[in-house]
Amino acid sequence: MWSEHLDVVNVGLAGFGDNIRDAGGSVTTLDWRPPALGDPGTALALARIAGHPEIERANQVAFERYLSAQPVLTDVMPAGEAIPAMAGERLILHSGPPIAWDRMAGPVKGAIAGAIVFEGWAPTPEKAAELAASGEISFSPAHHHGAVGPMAGVISPSMPVWVVRDATSGRLAYSNFNEGLGKVLRFGANGPEVLERLRWMSTELAQALRPAVQRLDGLELKPLIGQALHMGDEVHNRNAAATGLLLKRLLPALIATGPDNAVLSRAAEFITGNDHFFLNVSMAACKAMLDAAAGVPHSSMVTAMARNGVNFGIRVSGTGDRWFQAPANPVDGLFFPGYGVADAAPDLGDSAITETAGLGGFAMAASPAIVKFVGGTPADATAHSRRMREITLGVNPVFTLPALDFGASAAGIDVRSVVDTGIQPVINTGIAHKEAGVGQIGAGVTTAPLPCFTQAVDALADGLGLAAGAAA
Amino acid sequence: MSSIREHRIYPNRYQDSVALMALSAALAELPGVETASVVMGTGANLDNLREAGLGEVDAGPGDLVVAVLGEEEAVARALELADERLAEQPSGDAGDGAVARRTLRTLRQAVEENPAHNLALISVPGPYAAAEALKALRLGLNVMVFSDNVPLDQEIEIKRFAEERDLLVMGPDCGTAIVNGLPLGFANVVRRGRIGVVGASGTGTQEITTRVHQLGEGISQALGTGGHDLSAEVGAISMLRGLRALAADEETDVIVLVSKPPAETVAKTVVEEARTLDVPVVICFLGADPAAFGGDGQGVHFARTLAGSADAAVALARGETPPAESAAPPYDQVRFAPGQRYLRGVFTGGTFCYEAQLLAQDAGIQAASNTPVAGNLALADVRASTGHTILDLGDDAFTQGRPHPMIDPLPRDERLLAEAADPATAVVLFDVVLGYGSADDPISGLLKAIGEANARAGREGRALAFVAHVCGTDDDPQDRSAVVARLREAGVLVAENNAQAAAIAAGMTP
Repeated sequence: MWSEHLDVVNVGLAGFGDNIRDAGGSVTTLDWRPPALGDPGTALALARIAGHPEIERANQVAFERYLSAQPVLTDVMPAGEAIPAMAGERLILHSGPPIAWDRMAGPVKGAIAGAIVFEGWAPTPEKAAELAASGEISFSPAHHHGAVGPMAGVISPSMPVWVVRDATSGRLAYSNFNEGLGKVLRFGANGPEVLERLRWMSTELAQALRPAVQRLDGLELKPLIGQALHMGDEVHNRNAAATGLLLKRLLPALIATGPDNAVLSRAAEFITGNDHFFLNVSMAACKAMLDAAAGVPHSSMVTAMARNGVNFGIRVSGTGDRWFQAPANPVDGLFFPGYGVADAAPDLGDSAITETAGLGGFAMAASPAIVKFVGGTPADATAHSRRMREITLGVNPVFTLPALDFGASAAGIDVRSVVDTGIQPVINTGIAHKEAGVGQIGAGVTTAPLPCFTQAVDALADGLGLAAGAAA
Repeated sequence: MSSIREHRIYPNRYQDSVALMALSAALAELPGVETASVVMGTGANLDNLREAGLGEVDAGPGDLVVAVLGEEEAVARALELADERLAEQPSGDAGDGAVARRTLRTLRQAVEENPAHNLALISVPGPYAAAEALKALRLGLNVMVFSDNVPLDQEIEIKRFAEERDLLVMGPDCGTAIVNGLPLGFANVVRRGRIGVVGASGTGTQEITTRVHQLGEGISQALGTGGHDLSAEVGAISMLRGLRALAADEETDVIVLVSKPPAETVAKTVVEEARTLDVPVVICFLGADPAAFGGDGQGVHFARTLAGSADAAVALARGETPPAESAAPPYDQVRFAPGQRYLRGVFTGGTFCYEAQLLAQDAGIQAASNTPVAGNLALADVRASTGHTILDLGDDAFTQGRPHPMIDPLPRDERLLAEAADPATAVVLFDVVLGYGSADDPISGLLKAIGEANARAGREGRALAFVAHVCGTDDDPQDRSAVVARLREAGVLVAENNAQAAAIAAGMTP
C-alpha cells in the first residue's frame, strides 16, 4: 500500500472526506445510506455474498442463458392442450405469486368468476364465485406452468394461448390473448359482452390465427421487439409499434391460409383496434428468456417479478421455485376522468416480466411518452433506463435504446445490487379499479418493493451457509 | 355555490392521450374544479365524459375536447389554463444534455467508477460497519473502520477475511491513522519521516505522532488497530500485520506500538514478534509491567508513557540511547484554601484519561473514574464526582446520542465548570486535542468556563489550579502555539505533554 497513491472511498462522515481533500489527498465520499432497509442482519448477509465467487460464477451462467435464449412465436392453441397440467382439469391460472381464493383481489375474483362461466362450469358469475369458494376449482400461478398473463392473468383450459418456444433450450412459454381496453376479463369484468368476446377469441380468432402463425414457421421475437424499441415502444405499456410489426408479419400469412372474408375482416379489425395486442406476445417472449436463466444454483439473478393484486413477488434463479413477497408499492400515475387513487387496486399482473427481461420500465428511454404518466420529461425516461444499470448484471445488446446513443437496455436484475443501492426496479403499469369489472382506470409507474429483495438476499446467504445468524 | 360545466372543442388537434391525461390532472387540481377531462373526441371518450358528469359533447375522433365541471370562475380559469398549455411548444431543452452525474451509493459503484481506490474509510453506524468493511475487502480495498459498537465476532470475521486476502484492517473503533501522509479520522498534521506507529489507542497515537513532530522527526505511517485488537479473542491480528508491514517498509527506521494493557498472552505474542524484526521497536503498553514480557533488549524498548515512547523512538531513529523518562518538571505551587483537597480530571481523550490515572497513582492518588484503571474506583454515578476523580468524557457513558467531546467540546466545558465550582476541588486537569476531525475552535468555550470558575472561586476565597496538555502541532488547522498561548493567558499551566501535565497536577494536589 505504501508505494501506491492513496485513493480513499469515504463511507460515512462527510467531514473525514473533506479533511483528506484539504490535506491534498484523493477521496470519493459515498452518498451512503443503510442497505437492506436498515436491517443489520441482512446488510451483513449481503456483504458476505457480495462478490462471492460461487454467486459470480452462477450469475455468469444464468445471464448467458438469458442472453442466448431465442424466443420464437410458434403456435396458438387452447391452454388445456398446451399446458399439460391443465388437460382435463378444472384448473385456472392467475397472475403473481400463489394466493387462496378468499384472499384474492377484487379484479382477480371477477376474472376467475368470468372464466368459470366461460368454461361452462357455472351458469352465472355469482354461482361461479360460490363454486370457486367451495374448493372445487384449483388455482395456480401462471408462472408455475411456464405461462404469464397481464393484470388478473386468468387463463382457463379453453382459452387460446400464444406458444413461444426458446429455440436455444427448446423450452416453451405461454400467454393468453389480449382482449383490448375497456370492460375486459383481465380487469375483472365478466359481463355478457366480455364472455361473448372471449368465446369469439377462443373460436373464430384462434382458429384463424393458428394456421397463420404456423405458416410463419417460427416468428423470431427478439428482433421484432428490438425494432419496436426504435419505434417508440417499451413493449410493456406501449405496444403500438410492435402490434403493427406483428400484424405486418401475420397479415399475409392470415390471408394465405384463406379464411372467410368476414372472419378475416373481424380478426384484422380486432387486432388493429388494440394497441396492446402485442403485449401478451412480448410477455411470453420475456418469460421464455427468463425461464432459460432459472434454476442455476446460487445465482442472484431475478427471473420473475409478478403481482397477484395483494402481494408483489419475485423469483430468483438460485433459489428454485420460491417466491419472495411483500405488499405491492403504490402506483404513481394518472387516472381517467372520475377516478382517483382511492379507486385503485394494488399493483397487479405478470406483465412485470417485461421489466425482469430488461424491457418496460428498464427500456423507458425508448418510450419517453410513458414518463408523462408521472409528469416526467424525456430526460426522466433516459434517467430511469440509466439508473437500472446500477442493479443489473449487464445489458441486452439486442435491445438498444436510441436515446442512450443506442446503448443496450439494462437486464438481469441482481438482488444484491438492489439491496445494496436501495434502487428499486422501475415498472410501467396499468391501474385496475379495485372492484371487479370496472376495468382500467389509469396508468403510471411503480417500483418493485425492497423487502422481496432483502428476503432473497437472506435466502441466498443461507444457501451458502452465510446467513446473518451463522458464524462465518 | 352552484357548479357549472363547460367544454371547449379544438377541431382536428391530435395529442397523445398520456399528455392529455397529464393536462386533465393539472386542471382537476385547480381550486374550485370538481372534475376536468381533456380527451380526444372518440365515442368511448365522449361516453366517459357523460358518465363523469361532464355533459354531452358533440365532437369527432380527431377533435380535442376540454371539459370542466366546477365553480364558474374556476371553470373559466381551467379553460384558460388548458388553452395556454395546449398552445405551448416543447422547449427542446428538456433533453438529456450532459450525462447526469452518477450518484454513488455503494463501494462497488465507487470502485467501478474509479478502480484506483485502495482504501475505504468507514464511519457508518456500528451495526452496519462490518458489512461495509467486508464489501470493501472483497473489492480489494484496505479498510479503516472508525465506527465503534461493532460486535466482536464481526470484528474477528473481517480481520480474518482480510488476512486471507493480504489486506489491512484498521479498527473497528480506530479513531486515527496517517497513511502515506494523509490524515484518516482524527489525525494531526505531522511531517513525514522515519518513525512508524501501530496504535490500539487513538489519542495515544495522536500524542506520539505530534510529539515526534515537535521533536523534529516525522512519521512514515501511523496505523490503527482499534481498541479490541489486543484482546484474547482477536489476538492482535491487525497489530501483528501492521508491525510486519512497517518492518518491511523501507521508509520506516523505528516502530512504536501503543496500547492500553493487552491480554497477557496476546501481548507476549506481539513482543515476541517485535523481537524477531530488524527494526527497533518501542512498546508502550500503558499500565503493564515490562518485566512480564522480558523487559528491554533484543530490539525492543519499553516505555511507560506516551511521551516517553515518542522520546525513545526519536532517540533510536537518531542512533542515540533512549533517555530516562522524566518526572514532573518544576512548577509554581498554588495556595489552596482549607478544604480544597481534590484532583479533578476532565478528559476528552480516553488514553489521556487512562495515562493520567496511572501517573496520579504513582503520586499516591487513588482516583475514581468512569473508566478506572486497575486499582482505581468505578464512579457510582458518572454525573457526580467524589474525592479525586478523573473522567473520560468521550466514553459511551457520556456520548450516547451526542457527538464526541473532541468534536463538540461543550459537555467538557460544562463539566469543567461544575468541577471547579466544587469547594473541595483544588486542581483541574484537562486535555485539548487538535487536528483534523477535532473542533475548529476547541477552547473559546473552555476559556469562558475557566474565567467564570476563577471569578466564582475568587468570590468564595478559593484559588484554583488549572493544568492542561494540548495535543497537536503548529501545522494543525487550530495551531497548537496559538491555543497554548491563549490558555496560558488565562492562567492555565500548560505542560509539554500529557504525562507531564498529569504528574504536575498530581504533585500540586494537597
